[in-house]
Amino acid sequence: MIDKKTIEHIAKLARLQITEAEANEFSQQMEKILQNFNKIENIDTTGIEPMITPTEIEAYWREDQVVQEYKPQDMVANAPERAGNLFKVPPVV
Amino acid sequence: MELTFASISDISEAVKTKKISAKEVADHFQKRIGSLDKQLNSFTSINPDSLKQAEALDDRIAKGEDVGLLAGVPFGIKEMLCTKNLTTTAGSKILSNFVPPYDATVVARLKKNGATIMGKLNQDEFAMGSSNETSYHGSVKNPWDTSRVPGGSSGGSAAAQAARLVVGTIGTDTGGSIRQPASFCGIVGVKPTYGRVSRYGIIAFASSLDQAGPMVSTVKDAALTLEVISGHDPMDSTSSQKTVPQWSKNLSQDVKGFKVGVIKEYLKGGLDADTEKTFNDSLEALKTLGAEIVEVSVSMTEFAVPIYYLIATSEASSNLARYDGIRYGYRAEFASLSGVELEDFYGKTRGEGFGSEVKRRIMLGTYCLSSGYYDAYYNKAGQVRRLLTEQYLAAFKKCDVILSPVTTAPAFKIGELISDPLAMYMNDIFTTSTNLAGLPGMSVPYSLSKSGLPIGIQVTANHFDEQRMLNVAAALEASSLMKGQKPHVI
Repeated sequence: MIDKKTIEHIAKLARLQITEAEANEFSQQMEKILQNFNKIENIDTTGIEPMITPTEIEAYWREDQVVQEYKPQDMVANAPERAGNLFKVPPVV
Repeated sequence: MELTFASISDISEAVKTKKISAKEVADHFQKRIGSLDKQLNSFTSINPDSLKQAEALDDRIAKGEDVGLLAGVPFGIKEMLCTKNLTTTAGSKILSNFVPPYDATVVARLKKNGATIMGKLNQDEFAMGSSNETSYHGSVKNPWDTSRVPGGSSGGSAAAQAARLVVGTIGTDTGGSIRQPASFCGIVGVKPTYGRVSRYGIIAFASSLDQAGPMVSTVKDAALTLEVISGHDPMDSTSSQKTVPQWSKNLSQDVKGFKVGVIKEYLKGGLDADTEKTFNDSLEALKTLGAEIVEVSVSMTEFAVPIYYLIATSEASSNLARYDGIRYGYRAEFASLSGVELEDFYGKTRGEGFGSEVKRRIMLGTYCLSSGYYDAYYNKAGQVRRLLTEQYLAAFKKCDVILSPVTTAPAFKIGELISDPLAMYMNDIFTTSTNLAGLPGMSVPYSLSKSGLPIGIQVTANHFDEQRMLNVAAALEASSLMKGQKPHVI
């Protein structure tokens, strides 16, 4: 059952602020969607390795070379707030 | 030269032989975009440098340089692909001000081959949607009937191509996002084998499913564009090192002796009458051309939609964690950063930056990956995905390609399904399996419904067997019942 408490817990895990109206809407919709997802519950998958990627990945290593492609100012150009070439962030300690 | 309906190779040849300049071509299509796109909303931004790019190409041709297979061909790029110095929003408020410092490999390869980038094309937010109604830039309209959706998520690419605002477009396909809008808008759309095309610089939605591909007007144009964008990329560890064949040169409509598979589980009904007739007509046409129709079983396709949404939302919830308002993109307003708790900072920024469909999918994915549910949902879906893929590989021992409808019905009305996410998700029933199994699949326009809407046919092939898929598509194109038909907007 996807109740309001569960929705609040998931939103916290997802770092996602949602409104009261969204919480109600998602609760009802997720319940319906997950019921549909439960269709796969009874398929016998004993001993089956889950598939992570659909085609074979061939190992490839790039040369370990130092290349300067960007300047520091390119890397912070999209930052919402910055101080010089540093990202400005909320206090973390 | 008649430019609007010219093929990619015709334009490229004319530009290279100086029958027309790349600048004249770019100018023609820029004017078309300016006069027609108001009705469609397919473009989100116009490249201010497109004419300069075309002029630079003309200069190189004048110097006798080899400028590539797409010389002077105007392309539109889905918002999902990074374009250097050109806004890349993924259709979302959270990336609305993002200007990448680099090109996605696909874009770099188009440019290297002489294509002119005309601008960016609208899409569902983060490619999440089957109708192009979830974009921050507003809905796109179907050029065959502007009260209807163009399909999603590459709806902008499909609409722009169908109205010939450009000569080629690039879309991305995670669960059908190239093929479904291609079918709704009457164009050719190809999702290559997973790994054929580099994903470097493509905004990640569900990394084990996403592939970029061409959305163009003919099968030959698709083959040519695919040749240009395919091939190993050291920047993407999942990109294949297999050689890229010259699909366009080897293209043939000869399907004599081909075994065309029909998935028996798809024959249970549920198609609208026009779509069913179109599918049956396409089978008959291939039979007449000497192909043999064989029935195959892929029983796990019944579960494709739930497996797809379990995997896609789980991967999306992880991929979209990078949008945190720190390094790029939208940041919620705070009076001062010093008094803000980090969790509130993230939560408010992401809550305001993401739209409703994206939030719903992040919530679903987070739930499916959370403690106590991981085994029942994500892990189980991965196991069933393997069973589904094994069934497909067994089916391809009995047939060369698989034919199916793309969707259950032609384009629906704007607003018709948007409030019922499950009904919208079920819309992807014929397309999601190929992404789950990593197979190449494409949509070819085949017929019009009684109300004049395009209906496509889906051709699916085995891993890395794009040639056979393209050949069957070319045979279908030649026998298509909608040749010469043009959308109303034109």
